[in-house]
Formats: sequence, structure tokens, C-alpha cells
Amino acid sequence: VVEQTYVAVLISAGLCALVVAIMVGASRLLGQRTPSRAKQSVFEAGNRSIGDVKSHRFPIKFYLTAILFIVFDVEVVFMYPWAVVFRRLGWFGLAEMAAFVLVLGVGLAYVWKVGALEWE
Amino acid sequence: MELLITFVKCVVALLIVLQVGLLLLWIERKGSALIQDRVGANRANLFGGLLPFNLGIVNTLMADPVKLFTKEDIVPDGADHFLHWLAPFVALFPLFLTYAVVPFGDVLVVGGTTISLQAVGLDVGILFVLAMVSLGVYGVVLGGWASNSRFALLGGVRGSAQMISYEIAMGLALVAVVLTYGTLDLQEIARAQGKLMWGVVPAWGVFYQPLALVILFIAGMAESKRAPFDLPEAESELIAGFFTEYSGSKQSVFMMADFVEVAIVAALVTTLFFGGWQVPYLYRDGFHFPGGFALAVPSLAVTILQILAFLVKVFIFCWVQILIRWSLPRLRYDQLMDLGWKRLLPYALGNVAVSAVLVLLLAGWTRAS
Repeated sequence: VVEQTYVAVLISAGLCALVVAIMVGASRLLGQRTPSRAKQSVFEAGNRSIGDVKSHRFPIKFYLTAILFIVFDVEVVFMYPWAVVFRRLGWFGLAEMAAFVLVLGVGLAYVWKVGALEWE
Repeated sequence: MELLITFVKCVVALLIVLQVGLLLLWIERKGSALIQDRVGANRANLFGGLLPFNLGIVNTLMADPVKLFTKEDIVPDGADHFLHWLAPFVALFPLFLTYAVVPFGDVLVVGGTTISLQAVGLDVGILFVLAMVSLGVYGVVLGGWASNSRFALLGGVRGSAQMISYEIAMGLALVAVVLTYGTLDLQEIARAQGKLMWGVVPAWGVFYQPLALVILFIAGMAESKRAPFDLPEAESELIAGFFTEYSGSKQSVFMMADFVEVAIVAALVTTLFFGGWQVPYLYRDGFHFPGGFALAVPSLAVTILQILAFLVKVFIFCWVQILIRWSLPRLRYDQLMDLGWKRLLPYALGNVAVSAVLVLLLAGWTRAS
């Protein structure tokens, strides 16, 4: 039965991939093609784009957010199996998870305190 | 035979999500016109207006896709061709797949065979939904990165930080729901909501997890990158954000991804908090109203009523999102991050803690699994 479920996922994935691929490629197949220099240039307000975009710098805040996300999202992932069997675990399970969340809660309080969640 | 049934169910799920997405495009245009006291799109017609009447809905269902799909496909200079193609695919594909695990009805009985009305009866449905919705962030980042444009890059970076920030709150809200029902299977969750509280009120998730509903709804709207959370594509600052350099069908796929995301949030809210396909007091053999009054309904009619109920509920929550989208101004980026990290995350954690204690204290508060 488990194999059948995942065969169904594969069938569904194949259908979705086909439809999305057709939608993405439709313009290439149906649309006109009259390329010109101005049309191919990158959008900018009337000027030519200067410098290399890939080396464009952006605030380090975004990296920090990504790192914090890894920490807390893994925490959430650990909570799912716990939540499913929670009734069987009872108070013991609650205490175990409370200890785990407390450690991460201290972490959250710390990043909050040092201002890692502030955006200026 | 099993494979054929599965195949047909997968096609039906795909058709549902395609139709909901297309109809939302029309509802959005007409709805925004209604809110802004305009008429809205009303010019498109079949055969160049030869018909004596205007088929308003034809506008979207035919004219818009035809227009978008026959536009020129432009890849700007210096863009990464492969990633430029891959980004819209990655943005939409996982969202389409998400609908495969959403139950759109209870069972269909055909000649002695009972078919569960869910394309893929996955026992880890909620995990699957979370995994697929998270994949959407790759479309945004790749689209921004591959375009070789500063506006696109900024939009992609903003979008990635926004989507991952709200994913945590979304995940925690769903943990509280899983605690309440003790299962990850969406069909089982929908079935559990068919019971009654005190013999009168349907036992819908909204009565057990109201805070989780609010958090999930806000986080879901932020994931769909629409106003008031449309910073990745803020048109007054970033032209169109991560899809600035897209045109034709690739751009329409990004637009479609937004609408499908709206539909997914609506379907999740419906399934987890408002009974999914449940019609109050309707069971497999007919209506059983409180007070002993019963009304027998044929099995096929029950199935059709349930599918209709599911679609109606989904459209109601899509409409709520469109109302919010056209009523509220855009947030500032620091407000956005504050809401995600300093409000929704602590509230969701607290909600999980309170739910866990209540589940243990009041064994009868929830249905034992």
C-alpha cells in the first residue's frame, strides 16, 4: 500500500511537470521572435546598466535571517513526530519537548536581545 | 484498475487547481474593480464583438491565456539561460503537486468500489504540503539571480528572507493542529471534523485552534507574496521584483504561482479548520440533524454535495485573501520581519505549549486518536 501511494505521487508529479512545462514553453513555441538590442538589454530607467550585477552587494541581514531560519526550522521539524505520538508519550513527552524548546527559547531571547531581529 | 483510478484522480486534482487558478485571475480583476468602484475587465469578447452580449468571464478564461502565451519570450543579455527557464518551472510545479494531497471529498462509491476522493492518500500529508510550499522559494531566488538585473536580484533576496521567515510560524501553527488531531493525514483530519460538539456544533478545527488559524492565514498570505506582503515584487520600488525580466508565458507562470498559492492557503484553512469537505450534519447515508430528525440522501448526491461544499469554502477563503490584498497598504520591511519573528513566532510557540498541556489535561477535549 505504501508503494502504491508513492506511485500515485509519481503519477501526479509527472502530470504536473508536463502541464507546467507546456505553460513555461508556450511563448517559445507560439510567440513571435523579433529580437533587438534594446529589447534584450536589462531593464534600467533609461540608462545602460553599469557594472556586474552578480557582485552587487546587499545587506548581511539577509544571511543572518537565513541562518536563524535553519536553527528554528529544524526545531519545528523535530516537533512533528513528537506531535503525532504525543498522546502516547504523555507528560514525559511534554517535559522532554519543554527542555528542548527551552534551550532554543534561550537562543531566541539571546538573538532578540543582541538585536539580530532588528532591521534599520 | 487501481492505477487507472489513481491516474483519473490525479487528473481531477490538477484540473481543480488549474480551474481555481484561472477563475481567481478573473475574480481578482473583477473584485478589485468592485472594491475600487470601477467596472473592471469588460472588453474581451468572442468573434470581435459580434455577439450581442458581453461574456465577461470569457475575458479571463480565453483571452488572457491566449494573449500571454503568444507574447514574445525575452531572455535579457547576460542572463543565465538555463536558470531563467528553470525558475518559473520550480515556482509553479511544487504548488500544483500540493493539491494532489488535499482531500476534495469523502468517498465515491461506484459499483461496489469505494474510492477515497483524494488524488494521493499520503499519510504524511501535512509534511508533504510544507515541503512543497517551501520549494517555492527556489523559484523566487533563481528568478532573481538568473535575470542579471538589480531589481530582480533585490526582489529575489527580499523574497527569500520573507518566505523563510514566515515558514517557521506556519510550521509551528501546523504543529499545534497535529497535536490536536494526532495525525498528519489530511483526509483523516477532515473526517475527524465530522463529529459534533455537545451534539449540535460541528467539531471544526477553528473551535480547537483559533490562534493557529490566524497565524497560518497570515503566514500563508506572506508566503504567497501578495499585498500587504508584496515586498519581493513591490512595483513602486522594484518594477516587478524577481520577475522584472520575464515576459510572455514565463511571466504568466509566476502570476499563476501567486494565485495557486492563494488557493493552497484557502484549501489548507478549509481542510484543517473548517471541516474540509464536511457539510454540517451530512453523513454518508444522509442528513442527521440534532433532535433526531433524519433525511436519507443517495450516496452519489452526498458525494456531490461534499465536493461542492469544499469548493465553496475554498472560494470563500480565496475571496477573503483578495479582500485583504486590495484593502491594506504594503508593510515596511522592518515591520514585515517584526511581525514574522517577534509576533507570530512567539505566539505560535506559546500556542503549541498551551495546546500540549490542554491535550493532556482534558483527555475528552479532543478526539482520542
